[in-house]
Amino acid sequence: MSLKRIDLLICCGSGCVSAGALKIKERFHEVLAQQGLTNEINIIETGCMGPCDYGPVLVVYPEGTFYKAVTPQDVEEIVGEHFVKGRPVQRLMLREEEKVVAAQKEVPFYQKQVKVALANCGYIDPESLEEYIATGGYEALGKALTELDPQQTIEVVKRSGLRGRGGGGFPTHIKWQLVQEQKADEKFIVCNGDEGDPGAFMDRSLLEGDPHRILEGMMLAAYAIGANKGYFYIRAEYPLAIKRIRNAIQQAKTAGLMGQDIFGTAFNFEAEVRTGAGAFVCGEEMALIHSLEGQRGNPTPKPPYPATNGLWGKPTVVNNVETLANLPTIFIKGADWFSSMGTATSKGTKVFALTGDIRNTGLVEVPMGITLRELIFDVGGGMVGDHQFKAVQLGGPSGGCLTKEHLDVPVDYESLKARGAMMGSGGVIVMNEQKCMVNVAKFFMEFCVDESCGKCSPCRIGLKQMYDILARITAGEGTQDDIAELQRLGEAVSKLSLCGLGQSAPNPVLSTLRYFRDEYEAHIRDKACPTKVCPDLLHFMIDKSRCIGCSLCARKCPVTCISGSREDKYTIHQPDCIKCGNCQDVCPVKAIDRIPGMHADVLAHRAELTKNNEYED
Amino acid sequence: MYLDICKKYAPDKDNLIYILHEIQDTHPQHYISEEAVQVVADYLKVPPNHIFGVLTFYTMYSTKPRGANIIRLCESPPCYIKGSDNILRKLKTILGVNTGETTKDGLFTLELCACLGVCGNAPVMMINNDVYGDLTEEKVEEIIERIARGNQ
Amino acid sequence: MKTLADLKKIREKAQEEMKLRGGKVRVKIVVGMGTSGIAMGAREVMKTFLEEISNRNLTDVLVTQTGEKGLSSLEPVVDIIEEGKAAVTYGNMTPDKVRKVVVEHIVNGRVVSEYVVATGS
Repeated sequence: MSLKRIDLLICCGSGCVSAGALKIKERFHEVLAQQGLTNEINIIETGCMGPCDYGPVLVVYPEGTFYKAVTPQDVEEIVGEHFVKGRPVQRLMLREEEKVVAAQKEVPFYQKQVKVALANCGYIDPESLEEYIATGGYEALGKALTELDPQQTIEVVKRSGLRGRGGGGFPTHIKWQLVQEQKADEKFIVCNGDEGDPGAFMDRSLLEGDPHRILEGMMLAAYAIGANKGYFYIRAEYPLAIKRIRNAIQQAKTAGLMGQDIFGTAFNFEAEVRTGAGAFVCGEEMALIHSLEGQRGNPTPKPPYPATNGLWGKPTVVNNVETLANLPTIFIKGADWFSSMGTATSKGTKVFALTGDIRNTGLVEVPMGITLRELIFDVGGGMVGDHQFKAVQLGGPSGGCLTKEHLDVPVDYESLKARGAMMGSGGVIVMNEQKCMVNVAKFFMEFCVDESCGKCSPCRIGLKQMYDILARITAGEGTQDDIAELQRLGEAVSKLSLCGLGQSAPNPVLSTLRYFRDEYEAHIRDKACPTKVCPDLLHFMIDKSRCIGCSLCARKCPVTCISGSREDKYTIHQPDCIKCGNCQDVCPVKAIDRIPGMHADVLAHRAELTKNNEYED
Repeated sequence: MYLDICKKYAPDKDNLIYILHEIQDTHPQHYISEEAVQVVADYLKVPPNHIFGVLTFYTMYSTKPRGANIIRLCESPPCYIKGSDNILRKLKTILGVNTGETTKDGLFTLELCACLGVCGNAPVMMINNDVYGDLTEEKVEEIIERIARGNQ
Repeated sequence: MKTLADLKKIREKAQEEMKLRGGKVRVKIVVGMGTSGIAMGAREVMKTFLEEISNRNLTDVLVTQTGEKGLSSLEPVVDIIEEGKAAVTYGNMTPDKVRKVVVEHIVNGRVVSEYVVATGS
C-alpha cells in the first residue's frame, strides 16, 4: 500500500501542455526530490480538465483544491505552503465576485455540467489501465459479453436514444442493426478520430485523456455487430492521441482484455491504429474508408452505405469517438438513466468546445436541451471584456450561425436545424460586436475550398465561385446581384454535392445572409465594413485638430505613406495605405481614427486605374 | 535507406500512408523525393502516379525539400478570430520568408495549416510535433530564438 | 484477466490506490503542519502515521495535513475525524504516541484520553 498523502493532478491536455504544463511537472519532480517528499506526493498527468482559459490547471486531492494559471515559478510556493504546511496558495485560486473558490467542484464553470463521456478526463492517469478499471472500466464489456447477446446489446443502445456525436446525429442502434444483419465472413468497426472541424477538440481530449473508454466502447460496438477487428483512424496532427491509444491497446492485450476468448466468452477482438495525413474530408466516412485502404480520401456516392459495402467491401460501422465514449456508462448506469437526460429526440449529454470571444474557453459536457444562453453565459462565463454578444457559429464550417434572438433556443439536433444551424461535432465559436460576419463567412468558405477533395463539380467549382464573390465583396467590388447569386449557388451546391462537405459548406454563408443581410448590403452598396474589419472597406484618418505633428506615425509607417510637418500636421496618402494600423497604435495622442468605408481618394484612384486598364481584380 | 523503411511494413497498398509518413519524418529535410516514390512504387507494386496521387492529396506531405523545423500556423476561423494574422505577419518578419518558403539557413519552413484542435488556446502553431498555444508576437519571437539557438 | 471476478479484484485494489481522490474513507487523520508544528516535529509524526497505516493496510484511513491551528504550545497537533463521531484532537504528539493512537484509537476505536487536548470541531 502506498505512503502517498497527496494526489497532485496536473492537467496535461494539449491546451495546458501548450501553455507549459510539462515544465511545471518537471519542476514539481525537482522540488519534491530536493525536499525529500517524493514518496508522499503522487504526481498524475491527466487528460483535459476542461477550462482551457484557466490553464495550466492543477487539482490537489484530497481537498480538491483548484489552482489556475500556474507557472514553474509557483511550484516551490505550492510545495512549501500547501504540501508541507497545509496552507493552500490563495493567490493561485479562482476568484468569483471577490470570493475565493477553493475546490474544483465549486468552480462555476463546472456547475451545469454533467460528465458522461468526459467522466474520467482530468481525473485519472490516461496511461494507467488500473485507474480506468478503478472507475468502473471494462465492467460494461464484461457484463455485455457474459449476460447479453449481440441483439440485446443493440436494444440497450436503442433504448438509450444515443445518436452519432460526430455531427450526423444518426441513431447509433440503426447503424449497428444494419451491419449486424449482414452475412459476411468479415465485418469491421472503425473509430473516426479525424476531427477536423475548426473549433472542435473534444475527440482529441477524449482520445488523449481516457483512451481505454474509447477502446471499451469500440469493443461493445464490435460485439453488437459481429466484428472481430477494429481500426482507430486518428488524424496525424494528434501525435499524443495516437500514442495514448496505441498504449491502451497494448495494455488491454497484455491484461487479456483484448485478444482471444475475452472474459472467457467466444468473443475475439483486435484493434489497430491508423493515421491520416492532413485532409479534412477524411472525416467523411467513405473518404475515411478509402484513406484506410491507402488511397486518396475521395468520398464515393452513398448508397451503397458502409453498412453493406465498407472497408475492403465488407460491412463496416464507422462511429465517432464521442459516440463510443458514451457506451460504457450507458451499459453500467443503464439506458434509462441516459435517456432521462436531454430532450424528447436528443437524449443524453453532449461535449461542446467553447472558443472565440468567451471568458471560459474550453471543453464542457452538458445535458442536451440546455439553452444557448446558459451554455454561453453560465457555463461559458459570458463575453470577454466589455464586449457584447453578436453571433455564435455552431458546428464548424458545416454549421450556421445564430444571433441574440436565438439565445433561448434549446441546444438539440432538431431545434438547431430548424433555425439553419447544426449541432455538428459540438464546436461553439462565440463572436462579439467587433467581428465582421461577411469576413467570417469568407473565412469558413476559404477553409472548405481548401479542403474540397475536388471530385464533384458542384463543390469544386461552386464553392470557389462563392468564395470569389465573397472576396470581391470584401474588397469593395461587390455588385447588387451578388447576394442573390450567393443564395442561388449556396442552395445548388448544397443539393448537388456528393458528400457532406459540399452539402454543408454553404451553411455559414446562407445563415449569415439570413441573419446579417444588412452587413452584406453595407459592404456592397456603401463599400463600407460597419465593424471596420475588412481592410479594403475602411480607412485611417488623422484628425488634424488632435494631431500634434510629432511625426511618429510617419516614421513607423511600413510603406511611408504618411507625410506632413509639425506646422501642417500629418496626412495619410490613402491609395498607398495598407491598413496595417501601426500609425493608430503608435500615436501618443490618439489622433488617428479607423473609419468604415473607402476613402474618396482610393475610389478615385481605382477609377483611374480601371480607365487605364491597369486595375486587376 | 528507403527500402529499409518499406520493409518494416507488409507490401500491402493500405500501408502506403504510413510508409510515406516515415520516409518524410526520417528525412532531415522533411520531404518525399521522386527517388523515394520509385522505391515505394516497386515495393508495393503500384504505379508511381498512384503514389503521387496520394502524396499530393494529403496536405502533410511535401514533394519539395523543407527546413529542419516545420512551422505550421493554424489559419482556421477560431484562431483567426483571436489574431492569427498578426502572428503570421510577425513570423514572416522574423524569418524573412513567405508562406511555403524555407529560411536560407535551412532551419525553418513556414506553412499555414487547418485547425489543429487546440482552439481553447488560440492562436496556435505546431513546430514539428510540439504544440504552442496562446501565441503573442513576443512569445513567437522567444520560441523561434530558442529553437534557433538549440540548433547551433 | 478472464472473468468479472478477476476484474473486481483489480478494481478494488486500484480504488485503494486512488482513495485520495474520493472513495470510502472511514477515518481522516489531519496533521497540523504549520511552522511551529513542523518545528516541534510534525513531519516525523506525519511520517509515522503514514508508515503505520501502510503497514497495517488500513485502506479506509486517510492521512492529510492542514495549516496552523493556533495551538502552538500543544504542537504537534492531530485531528481524528470520523463520520458520526465527535472530532478528537490530540496534542504534543510524538512518533511513539502515534503508534499507540493507531492501535488503540484507529484500529480498536478506543480514544487515548491522556493525549486528548480538545474534542468537537
